[in-house]
Amino acid sequence: MSAQRREMPEPTAPLKLLARARTDEIVVLSETTRQDWPPLSTRPELDIAVTGSMGKASSFGLGVALARPDVGVWVLDTDGALLMNLGSLVTIARAKPANLIHFVYDNNAYDTTGGQPTPGSGLVDFRAVALGAGYPRALVYDELAAFERDLPVILDGPRPALVVLKVASIGRRQGVERMKPTYESFVAIRDYLAAHAERPA
Amino acid sequence: MAASTATLQAASVLDELSRCGVTHIVWLPDSETGFLYEAILQSPITLVPVCREGESMAIAAGLIMGGKRPVVLIQSTGFFESGDSIRGLCLDLHLPLLLMLGYRGYAGPGRTAADSAARYLEPLLGAWGIPYYVVDSDATCHYISQAYQQAQASSHPVAVLVGKEYHR
Repeated sequence: MSAQRREMPEPTAPLKLLARARTDEIVVLSETTRQDWPPLSTRPELDIAVTGSMGKASSFGLGVALARPDVGVWVLDTDGALLMNLGSLVTIARAKPANLIHFVYDNNAYDTTGGQPTPGSGLVDFRAVALGAGYPRALVYDELAAFERDLPVILDGPRPALVVLKVASIGRRQGVERMKPTYESFVAIRDYLAAHAERPA
Repeated sequence: MAASTATLQAASVLDELSRCGVTHIVWLPDSETGFLYEAILQSPITLVPVCREGESMAIAAGLIMGGKRPVVLIQSTGFFESGDSIRGLCLDLHLPLLLMLGYRGYAGPGRTAADSAARYLEPLLGAWGIPYYVVDSDATCHYISQAYQQAQASSHPVAVLVGKEYHR
């Protein structure tokens, strides 16, 4: 599907669909997704923002997925963050977590710093990179209707999967809902997982 | 024939990690710790290889949140590379994490290293407030368990510097 001259979905549109489809997955958030997701989340107690580490949300998600193969893990990554940790695609592909879906907001920009273009703006094809790294499945969407149509298949399909969501760059968010500090989320989810004993995946 | 305690044996290191109940080793090999590879593969501990050292702390953090007992095994140079993961994950999340760092350029006890990778390592650990022990032989291998238990008790990273190869 071509992304040329098409108006990109506004960033929260695909997230609304994900929020509606979510059951009890752990959601690991990155830069702008930590700002856009909280007002939509139906399970905020299972959300954690991993931003203080230069793009390591995907790596953190891999760790959770390996620790608990019986629990679904969604990483809501961003293009700027993933560019800082591109090797994680290879690390994840090699580890083959069958419970990890890696969504990537791709708006070609650093929205948290005002919308400056990333080095990969208009250039990098994350789907191709993920497939080249060894992901068994990688998809890209620039139309909301297509993403909505395919979402049930994405959620039940081969994993790890990379799902690139082309969205509009809208710059720095104003008046966003603050998530609780990462350490508080870390402790709460650790305790939740300990209380819900591992079951066969 | 018993192995000399003057050298560091892979089996001794793996015995220490097994005694601690370690479940995962998140690693990127280096010349100081590469000798452990075959022993890790033969152990029940799961090996998680990474492409860059900064990933290792993030993966370990996720493993810990999920109830596992990982250690990180990387070279000192990768530790330098990983600064923001150490700050934002190891320290801010109070991770009870053992960082095993290949001590590149280690010159032996009390000797000044020629390699800047060795000269800056201990001062940098001090700046981060990360306690550390040097393990360079089977006689000092018990520091691995001690460091691991200290990390668990303090909910804070503790390092073991693996000085397998002396550089004089």
